Amino acid sequence: MANSSQVLDPALFGSCPLPKYDYDRILLGHGSGGGLTADLIQRIFLPGFENDTLEAMEDQATLSLAGRISSTKPRIAFTTDSYVVKPLFFPGGDIGKLAIHGTVNDLAVGGAEPLFLSAAFILEEGLPLEILQRIVASMREACETAGVALVTGDTKVVDRGKGDEVFITTSGIGVVPENRALSISNARPGDCLILSGTIGDHGITIMSVREGIEFETVLESDTAPLTDLVRVMLKASPQIRCMRDPTRGGVSSALNELAQASNIGIEIDESTLPVRNEVKAACEMLGLDPLYVANEGKLIAAVAPEYAENVLAAMREHPLGENAAIIGRVVEDHKGMVLLKSLVGGARVVTMIAGEQLPRIC
Amino acid sequence: MKYLDEYRDATAARKLADAIARNVTRPWTIMEVCGGQTHTIVKYGIDEILPPTVELVHGPGCPVCVTSLETIDRAHAIASRPGVIFCSFGDMLRVPGSHSDLLSLKSQGSDVRTVYSPLDAVNLAAANPTRQVVFFAIGFETTAPPNAMAVWLAKKRNLKNFSMLVSHVLVPPAITAILSAPQNRVQGFLGPGHVCTVVGYEEYEPLVQQFRVPIVITGFEPVDMLEGVLMTVRQLEQGRADLENQYGRAVKRQGNVQSRALMEDVFEVCDRTWRGVGKISQSGYRLRDAYGDFDAERIFQVQDIATAESTECISGQVLRGLKKPHDCPAFGSKCTPQTPLGATMVSAEGACAAYYAYGRHLEATRSGHQGVPLAILNL
Repeated sequence: MANSSQVLDPALFGSCPLPKYDYDRILLGHGSGGGLTADLIQRIFLPGFENDTLEAMEDQATLSLAGRISSTKPRIAFTTDSYVVKPLFFPGGDIGKLAIHGTVNDLAVGGAEPLFLSAAFILEEGLPLEILQRIVASMREACETAGVALVTGDTKVVDRGKGDEVFITTSGIGVVPENRALSISNARPGDCLILSGTIGDHGITIMSVREGIEFETVLESDTAPLTDLVRVMLKASPQIRCMRDPTRGGVSSALNELAQASNIGIEIDESTLPVRNEVKAACEMLGLDPLYVANEGKLIAAVAPEYAENVLAAMREHPLGENAAIIGRVVEDHKGMVLLKSLVGGARVVTMIAGEQLPRIC
Repeated sequence: MKYLDEYRDATAARKLADAIARNVTRPWTIMEVCGGQTHTIVKYGIDEILPPTVELVHGPGCPVCVTSLETIDRAHAIASRPGVIFCSFGDMLRVPGSHSDLLSLKSQGSDVRTVYSPLDAVNLAAANPTRQVVFFAIGFETTAPPNAMAVWLAKKRNLKNFSMLVSHVLVPPAITAILSAPQNRVQGFLGPGHVCTVVGYEEYEPLVQQFRVPIVITGFEPVDMLEGVLMTVRQLEQGRADLENQYGRAVKRQGNVQSRALMEDVFEVCDRTWRGVGKISQSGYRLRDAYGDFDAERIFQVQDIATAESTECISGQVLRGLKKPHDCPAFGSKCTPQTPLGATMVSAEGACAAYYAYGRHLEATRSGHQGVPLAILNL
């Protein structure tokens, strides 16, 4: 039995160390797409490159070659993204597909028609050419599906052990037609939030391949070009305020970014979130939350309420939107904050993930 | 999903919450022992659907939170040695020691790896005969069987390069310590469902009698927890103090007999220091001498490491149910998951981290608006 006076010595309470965590080095969590990433952008990149376009923090920069930006004239959309994934090939896709789809999607969710891409390859000494050929073939196929041309590129090789087989950076240019102005600062109270399909498929696929978790059915990454789905949605209603593709950092990061950029509150209903059983099961086992898991072929749209059903119906007709659902709405209250109504009726705030999601012990 | 959806059912939850409200005639304070249960409460907003007279206070059952600073510093010392592959459960990686955390050591070149099972670490040792593979074996009775199995297997496979840094803790001595405290205000317990799946609940019967306190062994889903609260409230209102088992679908009185035999073979009970709480006698496991060759503390000679705790955070009181995370002035400002002052802010199971992850640091902003969250969430 415990000695209670020994246990209750107040000097033993509250004994935890002071923070030594200004993190003077890069941690893996800085690439999580969550709080640490946001911190890096705020502390290093935004002050480093100071300009309005960058500070808008959209998935793509929207620019006019003729000086002042005006939404009544066509504009250029421009974006870039790097891809590092292990394993290079996984159920439903590979690093090449991701590199095309990711950049195409960053353009598409801004309302742009993606046109041209560049690709830069960082290859590790010793990489079998056969692997590079498979990646390139996959990229070509992805470009054809998305209707874009890969028109320029670069190759660098690093010493064996100084890279991880293949890293790819793609940049993309698209055109935003006149009179179209999607922006994450556009959401208004009353707007409905539509999610295009099941969440967490990509992140859990990668994790299950890495960790050797097997399911009764094959779970596949959702990597896909969203260009056509976006086209269908914009045709159904011009009153789409904004779209975002919830990649790293998951749906929680995308919603928090939207709430902050538009200075509005967001309410979502847990019971409406589309999640596959395999993803649910893996998240239960690993102690993860699907709201924080990566997607590579999904989008969230804020739509004026009177057009929401129309847009939803159009999305459900599209193969990439068949599981689309209204997951919540934009409100006046609790600006900058995302609230979730839990399955049993309680409420909680959905925050951005800090760093990496760490699997729980038990 | 089968076996989960029915325990997250809104109608069932509402019925239980109503039954609790009907049964309560005065205020009661109930402690959930496990970190996993704390997580469920905050994740589903269970405290918000309970009558205000029923207060849930959060117990010491977060394994990484209570792992002592000495042990964590030893882990860091071992992980920093050249040639070592240091394996740990994921949520231990961000727990601050005196000087660093495992994630920072990794960014400085240490070979730190997350594993999902200690058996993965054993396989890693077999595959890397020239490296020393060390597994950080922490946790309550729940993680003891796989950890025991890892050592047992390593011995059977005659592995010379596998060892474990063991810092296991046990629940019943912690409950005793909480109930023995003069300032204790806990009147009933939701017992640790997963712990009891392994060890059963025989050990809890004497506690119920000695302290005249209801203990209801409880599961981890919202409906489980509400049912556990209802069973506890009924006992309290009727003046009973019994051991009851809400989690019958997983827990048997004798627990898992084979697991217990294996734990008995590999581990022996010892005194253990709990972070933020202090030393509790006979409250932990260590490796038996027969398995001394697998004891990382002996192999790496890290017994004498000086530690440096400060007195900044109140995790000790939080772990013992005396305070709530938002009672701490540093909560959500100086202390966040990115800059944790204490272990309770690090693990997903830690009460402070659960409060933070589910936005309780924004409580003031939230209640500043008209209408409680349930009303404004009427989607």
